[in-house]
Amino acid sequence: MSVSWQTLADALSLGGIYALMAVGIGLVFGVLRLVNFAYGQLIMAGAYAIAYASVWGWPSWAGILLCFAVVLALSVLMDRIVFRPLRTHSPAVMLVATFAIAFLMQSIAVLAFGQLGTVASSMGPLNQPWDVGGVEIRKIAIVSVVVAAVCLGLLQLLLTRTSVGLHMRAASMDFRTARMLGVRANRVIGGAVLISGLLAAVSAVMLTARNPQVTPIFALDDTIIVLAGVVLGGLTRPIAATLGGFTIGFASGLLGGALPTNQSQYLPTFLFAAVILVLLVRPNGLFARASAGAERL
Amino acid sequence: MKKLHELIAPVALVLGTALLGLVVSSALQTYFLDTLIKVAIVVALYVFIGNSGVLSFGHISFVALGVWTAGVLTVPTAERAAIMPGLAGFLRHATAGNVPSLLLAAVAGLVFAFVAGLPLMRLSGLAAGIATFGVLEIVNNVLRYYDKIGPGLNAFSSVPETTGIWQAAIGALACVVVAFAYQRSRFGRQLRATREDPAAASAAGISIYRQRLLAFAVSGALAGLAGGLYVHLLPVEIDSLYLDVTFITLAMLVVGGSNSLLGAVVGALAIGGLDSFLSASENGVDLLGWHLNLPTGTAELTVGVVMAVILIVRPSGITGGREFSLAWVRR
Repeated sequence: MSVSWQTLADALSLGGIYALMAVGIGLVFGVLRLVNFAYGQLIMAGAYAIAYASVWGWPSWAGILLCFAVVLALSVLMDRIVFRPLRTHSPAVMLVATFAIAFLMQSIAVLAFGQLGTVASSMGPLNQPWDVGGVEIRKIAIVSVVVAAVCLGLLQLLLTRTSVGLHMRAASMDFRTARMLGVRANRVIGGAVLISGLLAAVSAVMLTARNPQVTPIFALDDTIIVLAGVVLGGLTRPIAATLGGFTIGFASGLLGGALPTNQSQYLPTFLFAAVILVLLVRPNGLFARASAGAERL
Repeated sequence: MKKLHELIAPVALVLGTALLGLVVSSALQTYFLDTLIKVAIVVALYVFIGNSGVLSFGHISFVALGVWTAGVLTVPTAERAAIMPGLAGFLRHATAGNVPSLLLAAVAGLVFAFVAGLPLMRLSGLAAGIATFGVLEIVNNVLRYYDKIGPGLNAFSSVPETTGIWQAAIGALACVVVAFAYQRSRFGRQLRATREDPAAASAAGISIYRQRLLAFAVSGALAGLAGGLYVHLLPVEIDSLYLDVTFITLAMLVVGGSNSLLGAVVGALAIGGLDSFLSASENGVDLLGWHLNLPTGTAELTVGVVMAVILIVRPSGITGGREFSLAWVRR
């Protein structure tokens, strides 16, 4: 098992993208106590926007804009139609409802765009290698690490320095008390859904650049791994979820690149065995505070 | 046993489906068989999820294990080398008849669920959900690529197709009866008490861990049996027992009402029936003088919409989580 610089850079960039997705899922969980399984389908929709923009011959910035518009519109729609009526129901019902939405969006994609998928060729230049000190590294690897770092920095500023961020953190600690103290529920939830949608759009751009073949199951595997990472890190704090996402992305990129070919097909087995082991030792998550016994049995 | 009348409605629904399956053409009968097996799977899910209130995404891996057990043992030995060239050790020669293979599938589900449950049942909430999901991932991954123990990505072809309407109906009924007996037993009641109020149940001396583990093992056995029935129905690819089946069966349970056995059966029959009808319509059916021919993909789309709408309008499911009661009739 040997690790090359390319593998390391690739693992870092996958970790960065997964960290973005993880914090997107974690933010919504914070205010709604809802694990949004349909997050991957939001990304899939954004990827289709980029792919079709490139098929229509739009410049790549227009494709990225379209991607943001589509993903944000769908996030808000999902909040209005699904999350809002179900807000008071049990987490199991909400989770299965997001399953239904994921299933629905996937079948719409199959019906509208076909099983085989479309190629987002406008993102091709980002996939070219760059020569960094004699080591060839894909441009997207560097771009996604930088973008992830900038996004996470901005998010941290938003959460700690603005009143919306303060409200959001208060709501994720104790929603009822926060409401009594004057936090407006719809605004906080709307804000979290919007930011989570923005992060989904950014992830969609990155993932499309990494893998331009957009199919109805685009980002499905990634979402599953990120969900495991989010729980692995701990859902009680956005930072814990982010670290969990980064860890699992990094581990999965590293293992995927370092394992010999006849073993790399067992990557999910190694990854999920590790997740189960960690959860058995630290059920609240790797990066959760020791006192965070927030969840009931 | 008191309250035996609660068993009437689920049993009648299964029998009714089986009888309806007898009168339709053999092309349509496959859909009825498939739906009956879905009933068995959803009832297996119900035994754990319904009684404990803990979500499990791992049960389809027990179904896959049942498929594997019954499949490997019943492919004729002469054809094993062609279908499963990598097969190692005693698996090359060991055989079982139809009924023994089904029972062994149930045993495989039971043993595996028990062993997996030993550590996992200590977890709860989301951690339990992700850990059981991990079990699904691992079982799917290993059965898909490890060709020393099975056909890998290929289908279990040449397995005797013994699951007719009666075998499917008896299998589904067996699951319903076991689920009912379990839920009325002291163990089932203890587990339901932990679902309603874990703190109070612990204080009353109930071990949440042990009761969950028992339910997990029982539901693993039923899921394994369902897998055995499935591989005897058609050449199953292990790979197909993954996310889609997990979602659709969980959705069936929640749509029907996850707190009652009747809910599990109603949900499986309602969604299974709708899905079957639409899938059949995609191939073209004649209905009351109309010729229906829907574009491919309509079934998934409609089922998705119906599931989402039912969950939003009626989150406790079609039955509201209640069993059949004679008071419904008297009213």
